[in-house]
Amino acid sequence: MSHHLVVRVIAKFLIPFIMLFGLYVQFHGDFGPGGGFQAGVIFASAFILYALVFGVETARKVVPDWVVRTGIALGGLIFGGTGIVSLLKGGNYLDYSALKADPVAGQHIGILVIELGVGITVASVMTAIFFAFAGRQRKG
Amino acid sequence: MAATIFMVVRLRNLFAVVMLGGIYSLLAAALLVVLDAVDVAFTEAAVGAGISTVLALGALSLTTSQEKEPSRRPLYTLAVLFVVSVTGAALIFGSLDMPLFGDPAAPIHGHVADTYLAEGQAATGVPNIVTAVLASYRGFDTLGEVMVIFTAGIGVLLAFASAQAGRKPDDEVGGGEDDE
Repeated sequence: MSHHLVVRVIAKFLIPFIMLFGLYVQFHGDFGPGGGFQAGVIFASAFILYALVFGVETARKVVPDWVVRTGIALGGLIFGGTGIVSLLKGGNYLDYSALKADPVAGQHIGILVIELGVGITVASVMTAIFFAFAGRQRKG
Repeated sequence: MAATIFMVVRLRNLFAVVMLGGIYSLLAAALLVVLDAVDVAFTEAAVGAGISTVLALGALSLTTSQEKEPSRRPLYTLAVLFVVSVTGAALIFGSLDMPLFGDPAAPIHGHVADTYLAEGQAATGVPNIVTAVLASYRGFDTLGEVMVIFTAGIGVLLAFASAQAGRKPDDEVGGGEDDE
């Protein structure tokens, strides 16, 4: 699709806004609708749009495979690691109140961090699945 | 929505079916907004109408966009009809016991929902109660969900990697010409 000028220009124009919206949904999930799952998908859709317009190989140069694969594991580790941290601080597993002296502030931080973990994993998995599908050639 | 489903069943062109699936998800998202479930609607619009459609199109580009003609053997059709009717009847029978829509006495309102709504904001400092329940009260559930997505991603990567590895020696020999 790389020869369609209008599509290319519009996609270039849209991608930063899609990413910004993804970040907004990620970090504003406490106050409005949204959260890690939705933000991850929106963020991944920015990469998928890029790959659709400029080709999968170009997109692979922007986000190399090792970044995607690390992201898949990193998100889960952040989530599980938050639980371990609260365990070390004397609370139950995933009990965010133990993260800080003030339980409400601890809850707030815990929710932000695990949502970040969710977002990273979802975005990486969606990108990885799309790359896996689109990177294959049709059987002859 | 019923019209989309009817067309999905009737159509043989899978490209149109995928597109109708996306439209169905968008309608479902609109319905969820009407029901005040904005978070779920958001997910449905992003995942159902967005990513699933793109992935299904990716799958179509790897396979074929035309569905096979169904088998017309009468015994087979009869068996399928029987299984579908029995399952459908069982599902409708099960739904008879369900509480009415919006019934305040429904079991779902009798357990922890009131506590969450009353104390959630004070306990977590998070105004969006859906996020509070999802991330804090149901932290283990959400961790499990993330692990499901993690497993799905690893599974797809492995499946495609092994398919690639299986094809590589074939390509080096000269791809498919050996068959003749």
